Amino acid sequence: MIEAIPTQFIIIFVGLLAVMAFVGLNAIVLVYLERKVAGFIHRRPGPYEVGPPCFPHGILQPFADGLKLVGKQLFTPRGADSILFWLAPMISIAPAIVCFIVIPFGPHLQIVNTNVGLVLILAFTGINVLALCLAGWASQNKYGLIGAARDISQGVAYEIPLLLVVLSVVFMTGTFNLFDIADGQGAWPWQWYIFYQPLAFIIFFICALAETNRNPFDLPEAESELTAGFHTEYSGMGFACFFLAEYAYMVVASCIIAILFLGGFQGPVLPGGWWFLAKVYVLLLIMIWIRWTFPRVRFDQLLNICWKWLIPLAVLNLLITLAVIAI
Amino acid sequence: MAQENQDLIRPFADTATDEPIINQAPVQKILNICRAMSLWPMTFGLACCAIEMMSFGMARFDSARFGAEVFRPSPRQSDLIIVAGTISRKMAPLVVRLYEQTPAPKWVIAMGNCAISGGPFVYKNQYGIVEGVDLIIPVDVYIPGCPPRPEGLLEGLFQVQKKLTGRRWWPLPEQARTSDK
Repeated sequence: MIEAIPTQFIIIFVGLLAVMAFVGLNAIVLVYLERKVAGFIHRRPGPYEVGPPCFPHGILQPFADGLKLVGKQLFTPRGADSILFWLAPMISIAPAIVCFIVIPFGPHLQIVNTNVGLVLILAFTGINVLALCLAGWASQNKYGLIGAARDISQGVAYEIPLLLVVLSVVFMTGTFNLFDIADGQGAWPWQWYIFYQPLAFIIFFICALAETNRNPFDLPEAESELTAGFHTEYSGMGFACFFLAEYAYMVVASCIIAILFLGGFQGPVLPGGWWFLAKVYVLLLIMIWIRWTFPRVRFDQLLNICWKWLIPLAVLNLLITLAVIAI
Repeated sequence: MAQENQDLIRPFADTATDEPIINQAPVQKILNICRAMSLWPMTFGLACCAIEMMSFGMARFDSARFGAEVFRPSPRQSDLIIVAGTISRKMAPLVVRLYEQTPAPKWVIAMGNCAISGGPFVYKNQYGIVEGVDLIIPVDVYIPGCPPRPEGLLEGLFQVQKKLTGRRWWPLPEQARTSDK
């Protein structure tokens, strides 16, 4: 019976479970980190007192938040499409977990080594836009609808420079395989692709912020204008799923940046996995830092940055890369 | 709708809630501790008490220490309604609506004299002010003051936590000292 199951299937199944644990753990760490960093930036302690004395500095705060959200009443608004309404948070979180399957966390730590890894990630992260659109549409709420409309125009616009920039790195390496891209870079920082493609790195980082709906591009959930945007009507676990998905996509984006530009698991002394984790967390910290120090852009500014600056620069970057490769 | 046709005096809010799915005492006890430690207030200020409420969340008084700094703009995601200020008759239906929109485990703090009893606006023939928020929604904790200091609001938060879990979690403040010896 056991022999009938292919080994590849078992590996994927165990890997998916591990990835789910990783995503949950990351969300807990990131919630704490986000609130603590916000505290430091505002010159206040942040979560501090929650938990018994053996857990100082409010380490138990995310657990209290999570359990509270589980215990909250679930609510379907009158007039909402209840099937789509509850499907949307699941559609949001599920592709985020699939994305982690192809990411090489270390030289020997990758669930599936496929030669379309990068394409797979770009395809699956695109589904999040659909989930947010469904959430805003199904909740029968004007703020939700405006948030969804904003998210679609933002997501569609920022996919383009993102893909162009990824293309220039792919032309350099000649592969979509994430392991090979990371493996092709050297151990020392000056051998990483950030020094060959600095403009691509900056464009990719800005697009990653926009794609994950982080400040200064968090227009779909702009609190001061749209109550809470597309998740206005979600209580309890629906809201928690959207937050989990947002953090998961942040981690995915940081992983991709680390692999494409910062050498992935390559590093001088320590083993690869630690380098990868360190790079990802530095990038996440920068994202959180940006969120708490920058004001939100206006919507026309957001689209102007994309269409007038990022896309021409990305095309230019691609052309220069091609010219250099051809020579 | 014409102004004179509006029913501005609403009856008491609908307080019926569903039973919890898992209603075991130990589960509810743990959940109640978690709820007490992460009371997310609603971004909802009615009058000058809201300024003190902002101060309560800012650097000097920092409600984040007790897990209560996540001011959610949507009532669906908030647990604690701080009624901070005067409730005019035009605002009363909206307060009721916000209360009814908040999902089940929810608590209300009436902050300041206006929210408790109408405060300085109680006089003969006044027509515009609801004399106390407890006339329209149920209230858990009253914080007197005009307006109360942010410490007072923190103490109100502790009282909500005490109501939830049955014990006081934080030490009592030292006796206030006056400047004369």
